[in-house]
Amino acid sequence: MNDQLGDPIEGGGITKNLSRRTFVKIGVLAGTGLTLGVSYRVIKGPAAPPTDAAFAPSAFLRIDVDGSITVMVAKSEMGQGVATALPQLVAEELHVPLSQVSFEFAPAHPAYGTAMGGMQLTGGSTSIRDSWLPLRKAGAKARWMLREAAAQRWGIAPDQVQMNEGKAVHPDGSKLAYAQLASAAALLDVPKDVPLRDPSEFRVIGMPAPRLDVPAKTTGEAIFGMDAGPSDTRVAVVARSPVFGGVLRAFDPTGALEVHGVDEVVALQSGIAVIADGYVAAKEGRDLLNVEWEDGEWSTLDDVEILDRLKEAAGQDGATVREEGDIDSVLSSDREQIKAAYTLPYLAHATMEPMNCTAWVRNGQCTVWAPTQFQNAPGIVGGGARQVAAKAAGVSPDNTVVHTTFLGGGFGRRAEQDFVREAAELAGKVDGPVKVIWAREDDMQHDFYRPASYHEFSAILGVDGMPEAWRHQIASQSILQRMVPSWVPGFATKWAGSSDPTSTEGAQDQPYHIPNMRVTYSRVDLPIPVGFWRSVGHTQNAFVVESFIDELANLAGQDPYEYRRDLLKEHPRHRAVLDAVAEASEWASPAPGGRARGIAVAESFGSFVAEVAEVSIQNGQLRVHKVWCAIDCGMVVNPSIVRAQMESGIVYGLTAAFYGRINIQGGRVVQSNFHDYQMLRMRDAPDVEVILVPSQEAPGGVGEPGTPPIAPAVTNALFSLTGLRIRELPIQLV
Amino acid sequence: MVKFTLNGEVQELNVPSANPLLWVLRESLELTGTKFGCGIGQCGACMVLVNGQPTRSCQMPISAAEGSEVITIEGLSEKGAHPVQEAWVEEQVPQCGYCQSGQIVSAVALLAANPNPTDEDIDGAMSSNICRCGTYPAIRRAIHRAAGIQEQSASTDDAGGEE
Repeated sequence: MNDQLGDPIEGGGITKNLSRRTFVKIGVLAGTGLTLGVSYRVIKGPAAPPTDAAFAPSAFLRIDVDGSITVMVAKSEMGQGVATALPQLVAEELHVPLSQVSFEFAPAHPAYGTAMGGMQLTGGSTSIRDSWLPLRKAGAKARWMLREAAAQRWGIAPDQVQMNEGKAVHPDGSKLAYAQLASAAALLDVPKDVPLRDPSEFRVIGMPAPRLDVPAKTTGEAIFGMDAGPSDTRVAVVARSPVFGGVLRAFDPTGALEVHGVDEVVALQSGIAVIADGYVAAKEGRDLLNVEWEDGEWSTLDDVEILDRLKEAAGQDGATVREEGDIDSVLSSDREQIKAAYTLPYLAHATMEPMNCTAWVRNGQCTVWAPTQFQNAPGIVGGGARQVAAKAAGVSPDNTVVHTTFLGGGFGRRAEQDFVREAAELAGKVDGPVKVIWAREDDMQHDFYRPASYHEFSAILGVDGMPEAWRHQIASQSILQRMVPSWVPGFATKWAGSSDPTSTEGAQDQPYHIPNMRVTYSRVDLPIPVGFWRSVGHTQNAFVVESFIDELANLAGQDPYEYRRDLLKEHPRHRAVLDAVAEASEWASPAPGGRARGIAVAESFGSFVAEVAEVSIQNGQLRVHKVWCAIDCGMVVNPSIVRAQMESGIVYGLTAAFYGRINIQGGRVVQSNFHDYQMLRMRDAPDVEVILVPSQEAPGGVGEPGTPPIAPAVTNALFSLTGLRIRELPIQLV
Repeated sequence: MVKFTLNGEVQELNVPSANPLLWVLRESLELTGTKFGCGIGQCGACMVLVNGQPTRSCQMPISAAEGSEVITIEGLSEKGAHPVQEAWVEEQVPQCGYCQSGQIVSAVALLAANPNPTDEDIDGAMSSNICRCGTYPAIRRAIHRAAGIQEQSASTDDAGGEE
């Protein structure tokens, strides 16, 4: 009875406590009306086992008797377009136009577990790759059952029934709408397997369909985490230790409780929560709390010490993650070595919607409204929002319901569930629903940052100018080392002193043909919380690899595009995007006066992206006028969304290249808001031209791959313009 | 007690006079289309029109709204029919969407003051709004498109007036 799949709002006892408006707000996410149809009876039964693919489609699709077709979107919509692209996959195989389909965000449930350990998680640019077959099969099986139902109704063989535009068509031309067949189809067994449409026959996949979420996002109706929950929800703002690793020693709530509107102060694992009737009072109360923190051992940590530690670690060899040829003997010869070192800062995610979560615990039940990227992970210690909230609230996961709202940006930040844990813990300690809102300053100073990293390169060029040896030593904190102990304690030893693919991706698999190569990784343990930041290891490694290869091309006196091309003979997809972007940008002709171009290429998350940036210096400021971007992401589900994601990834990467730096001083983050952690704005945004390279390969990701090549494309252009080689981000011209 | 007009309706509220308009809109009046982004007037997610002027509602104490006319994203049109909203849909601007209420309000104010803005005009007027998803190129296209829609509807109105 605790399976909430068929009833995302929960039972009637709760809704009567909610105001009409609350009901409406939740109703945006939840279904309406009687739900019959192909999937519902399966959903109402025992939870579908995660490995039983034959039952999986049923959790993704609902056809109601009124004919409405609802796709349950089990990925978080944070701007990347899943609430449109995933319904496209279903509509394709269901043989309906996308305009007949609507979507709902799926609840947290094992039926939506992915190949990634059964996690219901949106990350790693995996949504299309995860959903490509399961959602198409869900649509195809539903269509098969509807056709069977039509055949039975008409007393003809199923293969005589055509399924078209949401209708079953009899050979005599008479038609039955899916709505008329849903109830009968629901009585049939779900087929084990049915054939899928051949890509050459796709009608919905590959179309630049308008996004299903755009209208609500132009009227203010879209419900984000900040907007969700019962209307009598109180608001809490939390004081957290400003120094990483600090712990609470004592606090005096008097000042907070004197604020009009504040009514409770509650100690949590993460800090002290001040609860009020609204955000303004809660924040004022929080700011007036008198808290004594035990700063701990890291209270003097700063950028200098961090960089020293990274440099020291990079000098040691660390774990070897790539080894080709005989690098030691080539480097020990007395031939001239080319050396360069690169430094990259910590970065905050700075989603437009600060962290927040609403939770309500009563009668042993926990309900959470969360803009989360990670709903469920029953098999993993720590778990997703459902498990985290349950544990924090002291209830069973079976009695915990997660409503996923729209996300005001994610970029990996919302794969962490700290904000859910805090809200659920607080809700477990107080009466009534409570929403924990993070001030922008809280969000900026308590992020899981893109790790800072330090890179040393050594290379030797052959007589033809091509690299004969390449050594790349990486030092950074490890994201997995932070996370793995929280998953499986004994497993931590596997990572001790060894590799972390999230730190070395893009470096250990760099594609250039170099006969002698070694890439090493040295883990540095520091208390700064580090996490997944849009494109993760590729953000740093694409920058350093694409910068250093550009250095080598220049020293070899060769064109940086041709040089890359020559080293990529065995990588046709890299070459194809390079060629496409070179052609579009007219690479072979000189840039307009006062401008120069730079180029970079990177494979990440199953897709290949090359970018050319055209820059100038105006009034002493670097200006990016135009970016050309060519992507091969395999088969494209929605070209309009792919283009938008390339623009998005480029702007995100440009922000980091121009401004992105989190400084550490006194063991805490210096930056606090957008005045000192700046974002790219309209006046700095370049024109972007996106080229989709036709491909019949399996789909790749698009949410992240636009980001890695942009910083090196810009700095390589700056080098071409001025001779200034940028080896540290953000870019400084002096 | 503060009295002002919100989306065409008179509001009389008894709220602390220092409370920012943003939170009065979101919490007291339950109009959640206007967003909280930074709280210090840097990001523009909270942009509303006050007497026609684009205004960061996180920086405006509710007492300052006395007697003024406030329009939020919810008050721009019935069902998203404002030319700027239509252009936003046609150009498929929003991604995560969180900043877009503020972006649309800023664009409405720009086009009211300058029906045919150049790219430089757009840079000037729209650089007070941050979009972390990087929809800037799409916003630029949409503002030009909205200018076209407004011009078209204005000329249609003129033609109608002559009959």
